[in-house]
Amino acid sequence: MAYLLQHVVNALQWGSFYALIALGYSMVYSVLMLFNFAHGDIFMVGAYIGLFVATGLLALGSAGAVALPNWAVLVLTLILAMALTSVVGMLVERVGYRPLRRAPRASAALTGLMIGITFETLNLALLGAKRRSFPALIETTSYQVAGVSITNTKIMIVVISLLLMLALDQFVRRTKWGMAMRAMAVDIFVVPLMGVPINTMAALTFALGSGLAAVAGVFFGQAYPVLEPYMGMLVGWKAFVAAILGGRGSVLGAALAGFLLGFIEIFVAVVFPSTLRDLIAYSVILLILTFRPYGFFGEPYSARLRL
Amino acid sequence: MSLLKVEGMTHYFGGLRAVYNYNLEIEMGQIRGLIGPNGAGKTTIFNLITGMYRPTSGRIVFDGQDIVGLPPHRIAARGIGRTFQNMMLWRHMTVLEHVKLAHYSRIDYGLVGAFLGTPRRHRQEAEIEERSYELLRMMGVDRFAQKVITELPYGAQRRVEIARALATQPKLLLLDEPTAGMNPEEMIEMVDTIRRIHGVLGMAIFLIEHRMRVVMDLCETIQTLNFGEVIAEGTPDEIRNNPVVIEAYLGKEVVT
Repeated sequence: MAYLLQHVVNALQWGSFYALIALGYSMVYSVLMLFNFAHGDIFMVGAYIGLFVATGLLALGSAGAVALPNWAVLVLTLILAMALTSVVGMLVERVGYRPLRRAPRASAALTGLMIGITFETLNLALLGAKRRSFPALIETTSYQVAGVSITNTKIMIVVISLLLMLALDQFVRRTKWGMAMRAMAVDIFVVPLMGVPINTMAALTFALGSGLAAVAGVFFGQAYPVLEPYMGMLVGWKAFVAAILGGRGSVLGAALAGFLLGFIEIFVAVVFPSTLRDLIAYSVILLILTFRPYGFFGEPYSARLRL
Repeated sequence: MSLLKVEGMTHYFGGLRAVYNYNLEIEMGQIRGLIGPNGAGKTTIFNLITGMYRPTSGRIVFDGQDIVGLPPHRIAARGIGRTFQNMMLWRHMTVLEHVKLAHYSRIDYGLVGAFLGTPRRHRQEAEIEERSYELLRMMGVDRFAQKVITELPYGAQRRVEIARALATQPKLLLLDEPTAGMNPEEMIEMVDTIRRIHGVLGMAIFLIEHRMRVVMDLCETIQTLNFGEVIAEGTPDEIRNNPVVIEAYLGKEVVT
């Protein structure tokens, strides 16, 4: 029993990563009807920005300039990484996707893949082909609860991720921007006629998605402190699978499917040899999609007008 | 000075000439009509005026300012509201949300307000909600306010769409076939409603219609469009008896 609960904790942590990233795919899809295939690499960029902010702040501390306590470094790292990665996301939208708004969707998909490769190779060119370790910002403490060992890092990751998802949900429900995003999800043809600037909304959507990916990046760095230029590929694609599984464009679906994916992966590895983990986990998902091709909360047919 | 003045507007889709040398002048508070066979370019004219397309050439002056090239949301904010032939409504959203979102440019409380519920948010939300209800009442659909739009009968959806357009406080309201798909009874009610909102709010209205009854009843003057060109313009009576108009609609009589 304790053995299983241990895995639940791990599944929740992985689920948080997937869910945070999947939300970015889903929001952008629902508002602009395109899959931002550079999103996994935006997660990587977010992790690196977090790395530089954190090491920078720690260096400031050890140089005796401003010695911040580690928790403050973590909070600042999260905030700055979110802000800066949001800017990266907005640039991707402005430079990569906005000129293609009326182009066939395949062009946008290709552009996304190329932006992703650009990020990866830029990273290689600028930082060299080496792994970098993310400094641990909070001292890991293990708690023993009913025979299960839970670290404070895991608790923090899961709790903050859930809080951010809740905040996003409230944002979409309560603000005028959220209302405009929901309307754009149906069609972006009439929304501007209600006085809503759709370019601002597009930028905002990318900013939100990228900000969440940055949080996932920083947390990933705390849980698995080795960063490398291609780290966004596999995690990014898996999160994309979660977004599809949740139903294209569904924010709630993306979050739930992200966690489900974490659970499937972890528990498959409990039963089967871990070398077969992805093979079996993704066969299960393939099976689910065979019976529910539009995911949990997607619509069977999306005959939406495009602008 | 007229509220809207369109001069020499021409629009091509690639090599296809959709609108040619179109002129229009609407005074404050006037009701004008636009008729013509399918594909004549009527909706294209609406799309050009509202900034969804940019005319190939020509001038559009609204309220003293040239609006060609302005993005649609700015043109909307200047006071042009519109509805669509095939009702572009946001399924999943409630009737009230439709009308509230149309107040977008007037909502100025930010994130803090939305999350913490500042007095400013409460006051503004209350104001906007009250105004929204008033518009829905005016259109006779306030009882559906909390319902999701797709649960409403067709005629009521049309009315919500007009309420949404009114919420942007237009000085000029463009109605694209407001009675499309309605039975004769609903049609008469709609004509009454349009006349009533015009009486209360006093904005200018420019409407596209297929049903002669509607345009004849409502409009001071009517333009007839065929193949993107105005072929006749005048009062309802003049239009009704104009042989060119009859020919455009019914085809040329073959004398044998």
